[in-house]
Amino acid sequence: MTPYDERTWGADMDLFLQRLFDALTNGSTYALIAVAMVLIFKATTLINFAQGEQAMLGAFIVLQLWKWGIPMWGAVVIGMVFSGILAACLERTFIRKFDPADHLPLVIITLGLFLVINAVAAIIWRFDPLSFPQLFPSGRAVTIGNARLSWYSIFAFGSCLLVLFVLQTLLTKTKIGLAFRAVSSNLESSRLCGIKIGQTLQFGWALAAAAGTLGASIYAANPVLQIEPTIMLRALIFSITAAALGGLDSLWGALIGGLTIGFVQSVVVQYIPFIPNEMTLAAAVVVLLIVLTFRPSGFLGTKTVERV
Amino acid sequence: MTDALLKVQELTATYGQIEVLHGINFEVRPQEIVVILGANGAGKTTALRALSGMVQTTGSANFNGSEITNLEPDAIVRKGVAHVPQGRGTFPELSVEENLKVGAFIRSDNEIKTDMESCYETYPVLYERRMQSAGSLSGGEQQMLAVSRALMSKPILLLLDEPSLGLAPQIVEGLFERFVTMNQELGTTMLIVEQNAQIALAMADRGYVLESGEIAVEGEASLLVNDDAIRRAYLGG
Repeated sequence: MTPYDERTWGADMDLFLQRLFDALTNGSTYALIAVAMVLIFKATTLINFAQGEQAMLGAFIVLQLWKWGIPMWGAVVIGMVFSGILAACLERTFIRKFDPADHLPLVIITLGLFLVINAVAAIIWRFDPLSFPQLFPSGRAVTIGNARLSWYSIFAFGSCLLVLFVLQTLLTKTKIGLAFRAVSSNLESSRLCGIKIGQTLQFGWALAAAAGTLGASIYAANPVLQIEPTIMLRALIFSITAAALGGLDSLWGALIGGLTIGFVQSVVVQYIPFIPNEMTLAAAVVVLLIVLTFRPSGFLGTKTVERV
Repeated sequence: MTDALLKVQELTATYGQIEVLHGINFEVRPQEIVVILGANGAGKTTALRALSGMVQTTGSANFNGSEITNLEPDAIVRKGVAHVPQGRGTFPELSVEENLKVGAFIRSDNEIKTDMESCYETYPVLYERRMQSAGSLSGGEQQMLAVSRALMSKPILLLLDEPSLGLAPQIVEGLFERFVTMNQELGTTMLIVEQNAQIALAMADRGYVLESGEIAVEGEASLLVNDDAIRRAYLGG
């Protein structure tokens, strides 16, 4: 090998590594929104299309609180609580009165919420991009060759793992979590065990919204991004795809799905020359199609359980 | 009769526009085992679902001194009615132990653990599989779990919907023997819906026969077994 070749190989490696790091960054944020959708899907087999907008609104609240002088992480926690309460109210007002088995009206309601929340955010904060406070230390943590892994990426991924562990613990170790899983498993028997279905689903909505707000805040805190009311539109589609890849009802599946989508977005599209950047979204869906063809219930989704 | 634990009067039940129960009357006295017999589609399951608040009803059902027809299912459970639905109604994705914990959802006392242990004593196989998902159990084991799950709410009245369905005869026999023991030891009153009239009448105190949403025959179990019409219709000769 001539020195020249070595240099090319090294540069290629750097690029590839950099792409992997980007995949980790993007994948983590998609996973956080996907986790929120999985929570609601688990209990109701409903996809909440407003999830991304709820998260966006939550992130704006965080920004506003921060501007009013509340320390950044305090603002994030208050924002999460706020969007949890808001989601609980939305569930009570718009969702609970409808038959949970009839999905079409519910899907239309979540689409309606999507539009309304987006409009509200646009009225309050306008469409001008605003910079979001840095949630994590800035700068690079690791440099390999020319590939840089930023602290932001590491913390984004770490937050994602943390959220999953917290949710996992809530769902397995607390009474309301057990009730939530019971409702997901068998609605009718849950009622016969004295579980209040409405309240349990409301808890799921609140939890999902809080996770989503954290996800959107982290997404907006990306040094290369600014927050605006449309920030979650693309992310929402990637997140839905991520959730579906993971199996729609699996929390850890959402993480794997998110990372896969991140990988497709930054690696596959980079290395397959005939896929232009504009087709990233389509490429993600193609991957989804391929995975679902061979694994209809996604990476970690529950296979349809046979009831004896 | 003022000493009935459950007194049902002119109870109707409707699914959408279709009335399935046309004003039935029956009662269950404390510590009794009462069986409701009937063919497919006679309205047996609906009768139990009506008592649990799972279908729209008119008429009255007085349980332990209070009217329950206008209550939500979770409130009825809190009054002391446990319901084992048809097809077991376990939580397949949850472990056996979690199923029992869900059964005790309405309780907050300190004896949940003790009661869980007594379930395991009754059915050691559930103890062996306590960490397994309920969906991995056999039909008979699921029925044991379903009954244990219901008992975990410490019910006064246990509603059992076709516990014998889909189970091998020897298993059914063991299961029903257990019901009698539970009835005697715990004093749990039982209302059982069954198609297997023979085995149900053998353990019950009294029985009702439901035909097309109406009570056709009622009486002491020992008399029903010898009733010619019932023998022909439900006991195969």
